[in-house]
Amino acid sequence: MHYEAVIGLEVHAQMSTETKIFCGCLTKFGSEPNTQTCPVCIGMPGALPVLNKKALEFAVRAGLALNCGISPMSRFARKNYFYPDLPKGYQISQYELPICEHGFLEIVADGGLKKIGVTRVHMEEDAGKNIHEGAGNSSLVDLNRAGVPLMEIVSEPDIRSPKEAAEYMKKLRTMLRYLGVCDGNMEQGSLRCDANVSVREEGSKGLGVKVEVKNINSFRFVEKALEYEIKRQIKAIKDGGSIIQETRLWDSDAGITQSMRTKEEAHDYRYFPEPDLAPIAVRQEWIDEIRASLPELPDAKRQRFVSSYSLPEYDADILISEKPLSEWYEEAVNAGGQPKAVSNWMMGEMMKLLNEDGINIENCPLKPEQLADMLSLIDKGTISGKIAKTVFEEMFRTGKDAESIVIEKSLVQITDKDAILKAVDEILAKSPKEVERYRAGEEKLIGFFVGQAMKLTKGKANPAALNEILKRKLSDK
Amino acid sequence: MELFRLGIHEIRELLDKKEVSPKDVLDSVFSRIASVEEKVKAFVTVTKDRAYDMLDDALAENTILSGIPLAIKDNMCTKGIRTTCSSRMLENFIPPYEGTATSRLRGYVLAGKTNLDEFAMGSSTENSAFHTTKNPWDLSRIPGGSSGGSAAAVAADECIAALGSDTGGSIRQPAALCGVVGLKPTYGRVSRYGLIAFASSLDQIGPITKNVRDSALLMNIISGHDPLDSTSAPVTVPDFTASLGRHIKGLKIGVPKEYFIEGMDRKVENAVRDAVGKLESLGAIPIEVSLPHTEYAVATYYVLAASEASSNLARYDGVKYGLRVEGKDLIDMYMNTRAAGFGPEVKRRIMLGTYALSSGYYEAYYRKAQQVRTLIKRDFEEAFKTVDVIATPTAPEVAFQAGEKTEDPLKMYLSDIFTISVNLAGVPAISVPCGFASQEGGAASLPIGLQLIGKHFHEQTILQAAYAYEQATDWHKRRPEL
Repeated sequence: MHYEAVIGLEVHAQMSTETKIFCGCLTKFGSEPNTQTCPVCIGMPGALPVLNKKALEFAVRAGLALNCGISPMSRFARKNYFYPDLPKGYQISQYELPICEHGFLEIVADGGLKKIGVTRVHMEEDAGKNIHEGAGNSSLVDLNRAGVPLMEIVSEPDIRSPKEAAEYMKKLRTMLRYLGVCDGNMEQGSLRCDANVSVREEGSKGLGVKVEVKNINSFRFVEKALEYEIKRQIKAIKDGGSIIQETRLWDSDAGITQSMRTKEEAHDYRYFPEPDLAPIAVRQEWIDEIRASLPELPDAKRQRFVSSYSLPEYDADILISEKPLSEWYEEAVNAGGQPKAVSNWMMGEMMKLLNEDGINIENCPLKPEQLADMLSLIDKGTISGKIAKTVFEEMFRTGKDAESIVIEKSLVQITDKDAILKAVDEILAKSPKEVERYRAGEEKLIGFFVGQAMKLTKGKANPAALNEILKRKLSDK
Repeated sequence: MELFRLGIHEIRELLDKKEVSPKDVLDSVFSRIASVEEKVKAFVTVTKDRAYDMLDDALAENTILSGIPLAIKDNMCTKGIRTTCSSRMLENFIPPYEGTATSRLRGYVLAGKTNLDEFAMGSSTENSAFHTTKNPWDLSRIPGGSSGGSAAAVAADECIAALGSDTGGSIRQPAALCGVVGLKPTYGRVSRYGLIAFASSLDQIGPITKNVRDSALLMNIISGHDPLDSTSAPVTVPDFTASLGRHIKGLKIGVPKEYFIEGMDRKVENAVRDAVGKLESLGAIPIEVSLPHTEYAVATYYVLAASEASSNLARYDGVKYGLRVEGKDLIDMYMNTRAAGFGPEVKRRIMLGTYALSSGYYEAYYRKAQQVRTLIKRDFEEAFKTVDVIATPTAPEVAFQAGEKTEDPLKMYLSDIFTISVNLAGVPAISVPCGFASQEGGAASLPIGLQLIGKHFHEQTILQAAYAYEQATDWHKRRPEL
């Protein structure tokens, strides 16, 4: 009997607003504990929340990009539970009337496109952080993160495999970064994911008992955790057992999920409408304004790159994966770079150097025009493709233009036939044995002569001219 | 001259004419406190030294309140001054910030923080964790609550005026029982920022004063939209003193039949009916109206207020501020702290509210109560189609004996039967003295309050009617003997 998985994801994305959702405190990551707090986010008696309009705008942006309807009337609700990192004893979230509903996200699955339903997008505040190290028997609480705005994006149970789940997460991350509403930094916890998983007989319409898996914090873990959990459930059923509705925690060190609490132990959050915040009325004109301000989204951009620049899907996919990367690309092309050549250089040399130095495209020391200029030097024959690699690295390291580097380092390609002839003569004179062997039929030695001549000309000889002259000279008996 | 006897506008006049000095005023009020506070026990904290220290700064503000000593209910956060909510939980809590309403009282001098029922839950101040405040008219009786400390301080002349808060009658009922003027503004009229929440959708700060003019005057100062409180309304604030002294000829006064009920104190009923008669003699037109859902108000209120309270009070967990009682683990610490920090009435309401919000009960209690709340609101909207003001008794009886109702919470809850609907509907209401009930055995007579209820954001109208009534009567001139 074959089983299939039914998966729904709940993604918590930290919004990249400058200030918190209900007060004016900064959201900056990594500050000294409790330095970004005020009476509101500490939950002082008498303090009241006021909605940060930017957070609302970000949620609407995300909702529109995810093809959701935006609720003209939406509400906050209190989710009540006790925990030291939750200063008010409740989290302000949304429950009955979320800001966005009924959308979808398209992912690539089995070579085709697949729509994953988005049930809802709602706003809520993040909790603080408990710190257990360095306090002896007690724990410490850092409330810098308390009140940082979150979007919870809940998918329909449309996902059928761990791979699809990872695709969905990646796509969502790219999308949110394009929109500028979340930095997508998983190490810093800007994007966190819980999964609802069940299994059923393939072809069956019903749903199995679902298990919630918490604490999935990287793309790799999305796949691993789900693979583990699906196997565990299938095995339990095949062994004649049954699945119990529960919450399990992903332990990334052990590579397993472990039971955290069963349905009976589940919290009763006692949701009720937040009386400290008026219902949120969103005007259609404002929604239209936000819609008009949406950037070109990844899917549209990929299609355009393929059709306008005749790029292979593969290239387009990589170039659009990050908005700044795609922008860098287009600037280089607009500065005159041949589209495919720009793509090759970016995906090859540039990525290599960026990775080596551990910097991202936003901080790339090389300007798109510089690459375009360098490419034109190749086209004009001023430098060879081989020399260009040296020039490229030099530009990257020093920020200087290709042209000045070429002049400074006298890297101009030697196309003058007489000069090449002179070099060839010198090489042939120095290597009589190799010349003899070549002429005796060992033609692969051509590489040796090219190498020697390049060494002599410091790599500047025009490769085509050199080849031609070498072959002619060697065949002159 | 006994300066402590006077109200805000009278003191202001004397100060402006330089007939008395600001120091004279402070001396008078603090010597009054020194002589009667032991009997009345209106305050949790008297801030005498600070008052003298701050006097110059207060005068430099040069406002209508400059140098005038006011008392503030101890559930409003005052920066650097202990704010206890009359609870063990916050016994040593010193707020690092100032609430909006008190920060708008520029130039005032804080006389002290007044006693209340713990977290404003109660009708007698007997739920204070520290002590019960006495009714200045009869020290064996309670002053009402929860703003009993503020009302008693005003009635005993231990301050010139005070602020209270009103969730189900907590300004008006003690004002009535202490023979002073108490106004609960329209919900959203005064910012709640800094008011320690009991029930967020019902709480409202308002003045407790010796006369109607002072009430209007304080309303001018504390009202208005506050960007720090999303539930404060962005509506313009009129000059509330402008309508004072205008005649009330043709003003339609609704008298709801549901507010004159079986079992209520006959003396209270008579006094209120007489007051309506007095208003009629001034040209107002009494009209019988009906508020048909009145009988559900108390039940509705106790579901909704307790639900919100159960959540609002969750923050007192021993982690960040206030009381902490250590335990063997986290849960133990939570339980020890909350067991020791909250009194029985607070615990009762937290349990009630937690129950009402629990899954499986939410629909039957919380949701149903919200629906009834809407009906109660509609009752008022309907009535206000035909009348301008609604007149009722403020409380069903005069001040009761300390200890009389502490064993029976339901009986205590009924003290607010005439005030609760107003909070549920969000409309404004004022209580003014309208008579005294004599007691047997020669004990002092006890004050009775007339409640005048207005339309949303029509405080001017109830102030106008209350002022007309006050000017035509002498009730507000009586003072308790202490």
